[in-house]
Amino acid sequence: MRDIKELINKTVIETPPSGIRKFFDLAAEMDDVVSLGVGEPDFVTPWHIREVGITSLEKGKTHYTSNAGIKELRVELSKYMKRRFKVEYDPLSEIIVTVGGSEAIDLFIRTVVNPGDEVLVPEPSFVCYKPIVNFAGGMAVPIETKVENEFRLTAEELKQAITPKTKVLILPYPNNPTGGIMRREDLEEIAEVLRGTDILVLSDEIYAELTYEGQHVSIAEIDGMYERTVIVSGFSKCYAMTGWRLGYACGNKEIIRMMTKVHQFAIMSAPTLAQHAAIEALRNGDDDIAVMREEYDRRRRVIVKGFNDMGLTCFEPKGAFYAFPCIKSTGLTSEEFCEQLLMSEKVAVVPGNAFGESGEGFIRCSYAYSVEDINRALKAIERFIKKVK
Amino acid sequence: MEKEILIQELVKIIHKNCKLSVEEIATMLNTTTVAVAELIDELEKDGTIKGYGAKINWDNVKGSNTVTAYIELKVTPQMTNGFDRIAERIYQFPQVTSLNLMSGSYDFGVTIEGDNLKEISLFVSQHLAPMESVISTATHFVLKRYKNDGVIYAGLPEDDREAIS
Ligand SMILES: Cc1ncc(COP(=O)(O)O)c(C=O)c1O
Repeated sequence: MRDIKELINKTVIETPPSGIRKFFDLAAEMDDVVSLGVGEPDFVTPWHIREVGITSLEKGKTHYTSNAGIKELRVELSKYMKRRFKVEYDPLSEIIVTVGGSEAIDLFIRTVVNPGDEVLVPEPSFVCYKPIVNFAGGMAVPIETKVENEFRLTAEELKQAITPKTKVLILPYPNNPTGGIMRREDLEEIAEVLRGTDILVLSDEIYAELTYEGQHVSIAEIDGMYERTVIVSGFSKCYAMTGWRLGYACGNKEIIRMMTKVHQFAIMSAPTLAQHAAIEALRNGDDDIAVMREEYDRRRRVIVKGFNDMGLTCFEPKGAFYAFPCIKSTGLTSEEFCEQLLMSEKVAVVPGNAFGESGEGFIRCSYAYSVEDINRALKAIERFIKKVK
Repeated sequence: MEKEILIQELVKIIHKNCKLSVEEIATMLNTTTVAVAELIDELEKDGTIKGYGAKINWDNVKGSNTVTAYIELKVTPQMTNGFDRIAERIYQFPQVTSLNLMSGSYDFGVTIEGDNLKEISLFVSQHLAPMESVISTATHFVLKRYKNDGVIYAGLPEDDREAIS
């Protein structure tokens, strides 16, 4: 038999592993690591939500659900989207429940991208978009966003990147890893560029609930954007439900119908247990979100001040739970910084370039940690930069 | 922030962790250290903040074998000052660590700490039961503490997230 490697799909072989993964492996071999590296809430899923999950098992709810998800859940999602973001989706035809926001992203891209299509990916951003576009035979085209714009996508940057082959714009805000958000006026400018085109928008709004100044605005709310936008989101971040693996997509009927077709063959249905728990989350979880958001907000202030005080300039993140300080003043690259920091102080953070070239010179520090942990890590980072400077 | 809300947030924070510095609290609440220091001063003076103590799991402290009991007390309230006068006579005892007037089938809930069961039983029979207005007592000993003052003692979930994800 031939070398197994030769039998594997070329695109899969050639796609580099996630830059997060590399540090993950390094940190995993060390003991007593103080970490600001994790992209998931430190909170445990609120008890009333877990309890509904447990009860669903006790009642024997252990079968598949309909492909698009339990109807009751889609009805709750529809109400939620209207209540929180003023966008309306028909529960029966415009919403699909998926295995995390991750599957929703994958489904959308596989559903709309033809080989050769270009997909615009503002960077720095979450690591999955580019590989998924590659797997679908598309071309991911990065757009470098800039710290001086607080990592917002500008109309000018968007215009520059559009070609006749552009099929999709991915809009990853509130942003992992920068914490940047798009305000209504920023979205209006983006909409102005898109209006005359056939470009679809994949708006990854998984951190929408974790916005610290004013309310999150979805691009679907902006004139002329609703029809072309699919919103993907999930329960992982706002309800601290990462391990339940539950997300969803809302958007145009035709796109959702075709996404459901792909989902039907690839997945069948999202976890039944998680769907029951999610109904409870949407019905009675608004207060949980408020409490967690408030706690993140306090930690956010502590970490941003900590970095600025030690001389690593850090713009104020307005969403998600990451700070993205600039480490250029140390003369180290992002990877050198992270590796040396891990080796000398046993503190794990993620190099900014793991999220795209334009993240070079920055590090991603999660504040999904207690204030005590954050302070411990900040002290160690301060010791470290005194040594290298 | 409105002062009333600021106070609510401040006391929530220090109730959870009184080791935080004034600077840290000020950053968390998006206000100045002077404002936080003044507020704390004010709250200490007006008796809102009654002290600063760590939350201890005594079961883990070697050599400490404190026994805790919860006592339901039924009384006949006195004409003047009702329950308050009786309460005063109960909470003066250093053994009494908490005292609450309750609704329902008994009047006072008294928490008592002692070195052993016998000491507590004697305290109840010698000091509480004979009090003029006391009709009856029912003593319950604490066998195991699962959660106290918002803190879970047993089987705390650890941070099982990987160092990076
Ligand atoms: C921006 C962004 N989108 C999507 C996801 C996927 O989340 P999940 O699949 O848990 O819903 C993540 C997770 O880190 C993320 O950061």
